[in-house]
Amino acid sequence: MSMRLFVSRDAGAVAVGADEVALALEQAAAKRGVAVEIVRTGSRGMYWLEPLVEVATPQGRIAFGPVTETDVPSLLDALASNTPHLLRIGATDEIPWLKRQTRLTFARCGVIDPRSLDDYRAHGGYKGFERALSLGPEAILTEVTASGLRGRGGAGFPTGIKWKTVAQAKAGRKFIVCNADEGDSGTFADRMIMEGDPFLVIEGMTTAGITVGATKGYIYIRSEYPHAVEAMNAAIKAARRGGYLGDRIGGSTYSFDMEVRVGAGAYVCGEETSLLESLEGRRGLVRAKPPLPAHHGLFGKPTVINNVLSFAAIPFILAEGAKAYADFGMGRSRGTMPIQLAGNIRHGGLFETAFGVTLGELVDDIGGGTFTGRPVRAVQVGGPLGAYFPRALFDTPFDYEAFAARDGLIGHGGIVVFDDSVDMRRQARFAMEFCAIESCGKCTPCRIGSTRGVETIEKIIRGDRVSENLALVEDLCNTMKFGSLCALGGFTPYPVLSALKHFREDFIPAPTTLQAAE
Amino acid sequence: MTAVYEPAYEASYESWDETRGAEIIAEHASQEGATLVILHALQEAFGYVPEAAIPMVAQALNLSRAEVHGVFTFYHDFRHKPAGRHVLKLCRAEACQAAGGDALAARAEAKLGVALGNTTADDRVTLEPIYCLGLCATAPSAMLDGRLIGRLDEKRLDALVAEAQR
Ligand SMILES: Cc1cc2nc3c(=O)[nH]c(=O)nc-3n(C[C@H](O)[C@H](O)[C@H](O)COP(=O)(O)O)c2cc1C
Ligand code: SF4
Ligand code: FES
Repeated sequence: MSMRLFVSRDAGAVAVGADEVALALEQAAAKRGVAVEIVRTGSRGMYWLEPLVEVATPQGRIAFGPVTETDVPSLLDALASNTPHLLRIGATDEIPWLKRQTRLTFARCGVIDPRSLDDYRAHGGYKGFERALSLGPEAILTEVTASGLRGRGGAGFPTGIKWKTVAQAKAGRKFIVCNADEGDSGTFADRMIMEGDPFLVIEGMTTAGITVGATKGYIYIRSEYPHAVEAMNAAIKAARRGGYLGDRIGGSTYSFDMEVRVGAGAYVCGEETSLLESLEGRRGLVRAKPPLPAHHGLFGKPTVINNVLSFAAIPFILAEGAKAYADFGMGRSRGTMPIQLAGNIRHGGLFETAFGVTLGELVDDIGGGTFTGRPVRAVQVGGPLGAYFPRALFDTPFDYEAFAARDGLIGHGGIVVFDDSVDMRRQARFAMEFCAIESCGKCTPCRIGSTRGVETIEKIIRGDRVSENLALVEDLCNTMKFGSLCALGGFTPYPVLSALKHFREDFIPAPTTLQAAE
Repeated sequence: MTAVYEPAYEASYESWDETRGAEIIAEHASQEGATLVILHALQEAFGYVPEAAIPMVAQALNLSRAEVHGVFTFYHDFRHKPAGRHVLKLCRAEACQAAGGDALAARAEAKLGVALGNTTADDRVTLEPIYCLGLCATAPSAMLDGRLIGRLDEKRLDALVAEAQR
């Protein structure tokens, strides 16, 4: 009997050597005449342990990591003789970091072979879809609404209401669009799911299709994600072959098919109307709302546009029932959130948990603080449009409303950790610079204001009329907040103002600098 | 992680040829909203989007030249001239900044003698910023000719730069 080994093919694992490790395992095993089967999975999301190698045993999978090519011979020795190894972590399922999670969306990620429809089905895949078929559109809408699921792309809009609007719209054609533009720094959950469990996204989109009466879907993936593009394309082909895309899907009377479209390096194309423009082959200029995409979306037709994680939550909700999902969470934030721990962090990765966990638990306890070993000073939550929080706000629970109440946002669930060497003036400057680079150019406050913002913060950094220029930045932020069509211009003030408010000491020059400037 | 890098994959592009360009355009023109799809396909074949292709795309899609040009210039990905033999992209977004990316970017600029966004005089290396590769838990990150590299440090960066210069 051959030994089954699991090595991730996730881009994050490949970037730290997973391909080389897989190859070395294969070659070393062949040389020894040991039969091995290497399954390339998604990632478990414990990136500090990548490349992670797991071996199947009668007691479950045993994990080793982080493994390098040079570790391979000793690892094979240990496996052959069943003796201890320095990199042995133990049973994967017992790793506390994984055990503490509630993996509803990420249940299969890192476990199954993402290229295999059979593996997906063997692990509960398409169970939700089968129940959806038996429920019919009305009852599916009731379930999705009752689950309390809110859009995971950032805005947190109730998914059930969005779907209902499209279901009720009368039109010859309707579309399902999956937003896989994931441009926020500090986020990678969409990428992980597309690479590690792509059929889940297809199942979620197909379910949306039968619910609202759409027969065509697009998934718009950013060009920075070539591995995800490849994984989704492979899964779409396999789903077609397996009868889960195309005519009479899963033996039903419904038809649904989908294709991948690739972005071209524009952050603003993650904004839903900009994305639709881009899909139509135009510049990604943000459209004024109303009309909503639900009424007037892709090619002017009623369109459901949701984030990858929103679609990916659907199969669980339908398989296990709305209540099973809604039982997790707090307040109006129901279910689980795949949180992404990033930046200068010891235990970075994907941590899916019920809403309500505090920022401090996430950063200090789960994340283990910084990898540089220096104190955590600031965290940016929710991507480049999210606020910087100091330690004083670490009691904030992960919840849409709790973050909003503190002038922050959870966005797509990314947390970027900075140690005490951070200069918050530079972070504020970068927020403005990023807005200037990525602005679609439609509104003056966003296009011009952000460039002015960069210049003004640079003056502050040089110590030039600091208090005057600080007041100017605050003014600019207000103009951008209220005079921008979309959240790129409208929310860039969040990182800037939060840096000013919570880290004022970085902006006020020390006495020596003052003298030097005089 | 493993410090042994495979040699950089050197992209070999076709040189611009009108017939070949027309073929690529025709292959994708019937798709809905095909402009980006075609521009991507052209760049994949030729390494950039040749000026001469713009009116051809416009004609095939029944659009004005200005419209296609507008699309071409809007997106950061599309090049109007070929890049250097190797393209080294360094992530400049926040998670990579938090992990020491600023100093590494400055180091790469100094080693190559060009600022981000430029190509070395010998046309060997194009150094570019990129805003997040989704590798933010193993930051700082880079991409050399399509190959991803995480947990970048000075040593690994120097190796990448040397590899790109070869
Ligand atoms: C500048 C900007 C960038 C955005 N980027 C993304 C993105 O990359 N992915 C995403 O799902 N939503 C993004 N959004 C939010 C979308 O506009 C939209 O709210 C979302 O796709 C709706 O799906 P959901 O309800 O499932 O969250 C962005 C919004 C703005 C203003
Ligand atoms: S705020 Fe900026 S990105 Fe958004 S529509 Fe206006 S100019 Fe475009
Ligand atoms: S911020 Fe650099 S990879 Fe995400």
